Amino acid sequence: MNFQDIIFYTFSAILIASSLGVITFRNPVYSALLLVLAFVSCAGLWLLLEAEFLAIALVLVYVGAVMVLFLFVVMMLDINLDRLREGFWKWFPFGALIALIMIGEMAMVLMGKHFGLEEMPIPKGQSADYNNTRELGRLIYTEYAYAFELAAVLLLVAMVTAIALTLRHREDKKSVNPSDQVKVKKEDRLRIISMPSAKKE
Amino acid sequence: MDFIQQQFIMLLGAQWGSMLFSLMTNVFFIIVIIVPLLLGVAYLTFAERKIIAYMQIRVGPNRVTFFGIPWLRGWGQPIADAVKAIMKEIIIPTGANKFLFVLAPVLTIMPALAAWAVVPFSPELILADINAGLLYILAMTSMGIYGIIIAGWASNSKYAFLGAMRSAAQVVSYELAMGFALVCVLMMSKSLNLGDIVSGQQGDSFLNWYLIPLFPMFLVYLISGVAETNRAPFDVAEGESEIVAGFHVDYSGMAFTVFFLAEYANMILVATLTSIMFLGGWLPPIDIAPLNLIPGIVWLLSKIAFILFFFLWFRATFPRYRYDQIMRLGWKIFIPITLVWIVVLGLIMQLPESIRDLPPLNIWF
Repeated sequence: MNFQDIIFYTFSAILIASSLGVITFRNPVYSALLLVLAFVSCAGLWLLLEAEFLAIALVLVYVGAVMVLFLFVVMMLDINLDRLREGFWKWFPFGALIALIMIGEMAMVLMGKHFGLEEMPIPKGQSADYNNTRELGRLIYTEYAYAFELAAVLLLVAMVTAIALTLRHREDKKSVNPSDQVKVKKEDRLRIISMPSAKKE
Repeated sequence: MDFIQQQFIMLLGAQWGSMLFSLMTNVFFIIVIIVPLLLGVAYLTFAERKIIAYMQIRVGPNRVTFFGIPWLRGWGQPIADAVKAIMKEIIIPTGANKFLFVLAPVLTIMPALAAWAVVPFSPELILADINAGLLYILAMTSMGIYGIIIAGWASNSKYAFLGAMRSAAQVVSYELAMGFALVCVLMMSKSLNLGDIVSGQQGDSFLNWYLIPLFPMFLVYLISGVAETNRAPFDVAEGESEIVAGFHVDYSGMAFTVFFLAEYANMILVATLTSIMFLGGWLPPIDIAPLNLIPGIVWLLSKIAFILFFFLWFRATFPRYRYDQIMRLGWKIFIPITLVWIVVLGLIMQLPESIRDLPPLNIWF
């Protein structure tokens, strides 16, 4: 048991505990915050595997952006816990079935012959000048460029769709257009006229 | 140093001894960075009050002094403020979520301090010389928002919650422009390591600094930095005239002070990153005899002070932005500018070698 093992077990314990918390806590805000903790400890585990780019990107994208919006939404909703749990037993068999299928599928992949310790040994340590970011960039933009761009287009389509679904110009509501307001010149609004001063009677 | 290491190894064995020794030295270096930083924060508040006072033709704090020395009048003010803050009671509102209410200030200051781990003060003076330094900084600064959101929600107050929502939307929007501006920097330097970014700007004079080829990015980064730290004119998260004091309206005493410290520590961090990435970090403006004999850290600190002055100047000059205009500036102006500049930079870098060797371009590419 050396120092690295201790770090590994600490991060793993936090990861498992916080993931359990995500699905057991009643309060959705706690669940979202524990998911953040799970992401951060997962990033710690990836750092141990010398995948620093992926680890930091996980924190940057999921913790820094995605979970902020999650929290944003969860805090704004006025969630009624009693109503949420109303149909629990009605839907329980269905949910349990899906969970069982997922467990089966994961077991088939993870216990298959491609995931043994012989097939996937612990990655050997890299030399000090090894740059994970550079290697990843080289692979993405040469060998996997097609898949990478496909994924990018898919995300773009999703983004445009989300905006197109929610964007509508309402006629019954008065709203200001900041671009028009910023473009206003002094001459459009203000007219300086010369006026003779009034004579005292 | 070696002697202490020997003692550790003798006492605890080769593996644990050296492990504990490196832990101890790191803790020592962390203290060496954090203590001057917090002192800098304290005196930045003093500088802010003085500078804004002079801009408004007032005098500013001029009473508290050390040991009755008359020409130090005012310089004791930050220390007196700190003592006052420590003595005050921390009030936790009845309806607040106690645990998260106390956790929020901690979550705000943690990333503001943790980001300093990868900041290079001179070629040798750096705590962690990691090769993904820029990404690490981005990740840390993006985590600072949690403290604000949690503070707003845990206070169980409408004003605090409104401030937190405003702040969350604003920080997430400006992070994109900030990230794209940094993409330009790393395209120029071809490295994510902050030390390499500074060395990439090495040359005869300030013409080699990334400030000149990336001038629009410098402006975008600086303004996004002001927005990211929730400083005036982007301080709608606090907005005293609309929502009292925003997300920290229910905080008092030390809990409030920690938010305050985090805001100023973030300001110093943004100023440091701006000087490292655009103003050549520890490099002197012109590489000739009297200037390049001055230690690099002096140059870095003076550049930081220069950028910090802009923060204070902005606050004294501009009225607060309206919220929809903040969003428009972030999404419709900054992000298109940065995207266009990334494409332009990429095109220049792909020009044939003979064109890139022509006079203005050969300085940077």
